[in-house]
Amino acid sequence: MKWAIAADKVSKQFGQLKALHEVSFALPPGELVALAGPNGAGKTTLLKLILGLLRPSGGTIEILGEDPAIGSLAARRQLGYLPENVAFNDGLTGRETLMFYARLKRQHADAALALLERVGLTAAARRRVATYSKGMRQRLGLAQALLGSPRALLLDEPTTGLDPTFRQQFYALLRELRDRGATVLLSSHALTELEGRADRIIIMKEGIIVANSTLGELRRMAQLPSRVVLTMADAMSVETAAQLAPTASMRRIKPHVLEFLCSERDKMDFVRRIVAQGTAIDDLEVIPPALDELYAHFLGPHAEA
Amino acid sequence: MNSVFIIAGREILLGIRNRWVLATTLILAALSLSLVVLGSVPTGQVGVGALDVVIVSLTSLSIFLLPLIALLIAHDAIVGEAERGTLPLLLTYPVRRWQIILGKFLGHVLILLFATIIGYSAAAVALALTGADLLQQSVLAFVIMVGSSVLLGAVFIAVGYLISALAHDRGTAAGAAIGVWLLLVLIYDMALLGGLAIDQGNTITAGTLDVLLLLNPTDVYRLFNLTHSANVGQFAGMTGLAQTAVWSQPTLLTVLVLWIIAPLALTTTVFSRKQV
Repeated sequence: MKWAIAADKVSKQFGQLKALHEVSFALPPGELVALAGPNGAGKTTLLKLILGLLRPSGGTIEILGEDPAIGSLAARRQLGYLPENVAFNDGLTGRETLMFYARLKRQHADAALALLERVGLTAAARRRVATYSKGMRQRLGLAQALLGSPRALLLDEPTTGLDPTFRQQFYALLRELRDRGATVLLSSHALTELEGRADRIIIMKEGIIVANSTLGELRRMAQLPSRVVLTMADAMSVETAAQLAPTASMRRIKPHVLEFLCSERDKMDFVRRIVAQGTAIDDLEVIPPALDELYAHFLGPHAEA
Repeated sequence: MNSVFIIAGREILLGIRNRWVLATTLILAALSLSLVVLGSVPTGQVGVGALDVVIVSLTSLSIFLLPLIALLIAHDAIVGEAERGTLPLLLTYPVRRWQIILGKFLGHVLILLFATIIGYSAAAVALALTGADLLQQSVLAFVIMVGSSVLLGAVFIAVGYLISALAHDRGTAAGAAIGVWLLLVLIYDMALLGGLAIDQGNTITAGTLDVLLLLNPTDVYRLFNLTHSANVGQFAGMTGLAQTAVWSQPTLLTVLVLWIIAPLALTTTVFSRKQV
């Protein structure tokens, strides 16, 4: 099995509404993939199609070598899912809830308790889910998704409601799973936190995929300028540096601090020239385009599919 | 099959937590006990056939109450989980959809079984405590009545699931459940009676009537309980009907079971096609 999750020209229509249009992609085992896009881009629909909760209007989907619509139980045992705004039966305690899911997945009770510990819910385990905060429900949701070390993990907006400390632990957990060969597909709005964490980013817009690459490739494709921030030692150097950048647009942040916008191609050349002039530079900082800017670029009016 | 029991176990636990078990048991016990008190009036101090009177009363009570309770529990089973958002997650687990239906059914029937046995037995126990002579035959009739009452409840749990699988939201499901209850418990018999009165036996023959009675599970239940024992039939005023009854007890029982299987099978079919 080459691909853990593969979609081939998948379309989904709800009445008149085209939620997805001929979406194709393939994810290998051991990759952490982020699914980004504005509300209504079709992210949740795509995840539900992969899970077999919805059936495609056209095209084929495969997860762990199976058609999700047929849904072999063996494949589903190796599957983890965290729905958007996960809900549980309020009458049960956190422990009872997780035990129920563990039994359905044929997992040992100890494994469930260990997960409860990992998401930090041991102290609240014997309280009813009704008394849980949103963050605690989300943690419980993550715990059930991680039951049985899934080989495919689908998470719909997993970090909403999580505090920053737990977010770190959460991504550490995902990395651990990925390093063991699991494919993690997570949808998110919080793009900045995906930086350095996602191996690949799929950007969706109005039911189509507008980009599907690693972060570095996306940067090259978008050709967004990096920002070079120079802190000069004296006024003379400021003048020299300013004259050196006829093409790059310059902005003076502070009297001695200059910011230049350089394309990926010109960046090194520009820095070399500045240094060659013998200007007195106190500090040099190169800031690549942030994921949010990339995101805006691919979703912008001039974006092409 | 194991998953069925896991689901059933959760339903029972939820039933205990949200007080369904307690409420149902208390209602059935309170009503059956009050029937004992009222029921002792017509038989006076002699107490002969006291239990038979209770059986007749409880049968009528069951026809009204058990379908209502069953529908209340069942109409929410699928659409409620879908609306609260717990269903999609469950469906990604290694469990078949028919297993979910069967598991819930098993759990809900066990809740009803518990409530009915405790609630109705309270009446029998109270009667025994007053010193009434309980004939062995009457006790048997009582046990059969309790068993078939649970069966009647099971029919309406199955019907409730079908409503729940077909409905798009909880409100619709609740409305449809009340509608079905009114139709099968009240309107059907009244319409039948009205039809017979107007028709004067011209087109609706005795044979047609017999078939029409089978089409309503509450009538099947009534026939089953009020005709199988001569004593009970006598009090129920159904002696005449009992003598002319064309349907044997096993037939009536089979029809009740069919009334469980058919809605359950339909529910599974509808539910399997449902996209959440």
